[in-house]
Amino acid sequence: MAFQILLNVLIALTWMFLSVSFKPTTFIVGYLIGLLMLFMLRKSFSSRFYMDRLWAVVKLTSLFLKELVMSNFSVLKLIIQPTMPIRPAIFAMPTVLEQDWEITLLSSLITLTPGTVVIDISDDNKTLYIHSLDFEDIDEAIDSIRNTFEKAILEVSRS
Amino acid sequence: MTVIANILIIATISFGTIFILVTAIGLIRLPDAFSRAHAASKSATLGVMSILLGVFLHFWLIEGHFNSRILLGIAFLFITGPVGGHMMGRAAYLSGVKLSDQTVRDDLADVIKKKREKLQ
Repeated sequence: MAFQILLNVLIALTWMFLSVSFKPTTFIVGYLIGLLMLFMLRKSFSSRFYMDRLWAVVKLTSLFLKELVMSNFSVLKLIIQPTMPIRPAIFAMPTVLEQDWEITLLSSLITLTPGTVVIDISDDNKTLYIHSLDFEDIDEAIDSIRNTFEKAILEVSRS
Repeated sequence: MTVIANILIIATISFGTIFILVTAIGLIRLPDAFSRAHAASKSATLGVMSILLGVFLHFWLIEGHFNSRILLGIAFLFITGPVGGHMMGRAAYLSGVKLSDQTVRDDLADVIKKKREKLQ
């Protein structure tokens, strides 16, 4: 990925020298041309096209924002009820993610999901202990963590 | 133009205020430290973020002053909010704060107990 970005900057610099203009706009035009060249040659690199990964990061960020707003509304709904029907529980959830930053991201995402907060992570980084506000929702929460969050994070990290 | 800008600013700031109010009520009404962490980590983050966004929009659209530091503030809040919630919950659990009586299941208790026994 670093190699592709370096290449792209080099192409942009070459474009600046070719068009004998050293303004930021020329650099941007050159960068876009370089992006197009890299896109056409994407099959011949050993790693995948770096814009793909950037796109995955954008998708992950929008997922983050969406979850944040959703969980706020669920807390709001819970708090304005006259009787609070909560049955808190702490449950263990094994994760397939391995790297430290992936697990950090996943636990931040879980903390932002409706009704779940990560309390602890086991020493071998394989199990997350999650505090949930409602015992009934556990299966649903595990399901959404597996299918949405882990997938989105793996999409960013795969090479 | 000013009218649209004002509507946007008022909408974001009142949205933020409502969620900070939700945080405050949640902190009082929820039964134990861990459930309170839910209210504190989620609603406070979004509330402060929307208020900052409103401030940013006000200075940008009304006063014509683009302040990128506010955007940085929003980004850092977004990153640190959930981590803060997690750390508070973990510190509370490890220092022995009791779960509320309504709690139905605790998978972590055995693990921590075993770890403590190993250390002694």
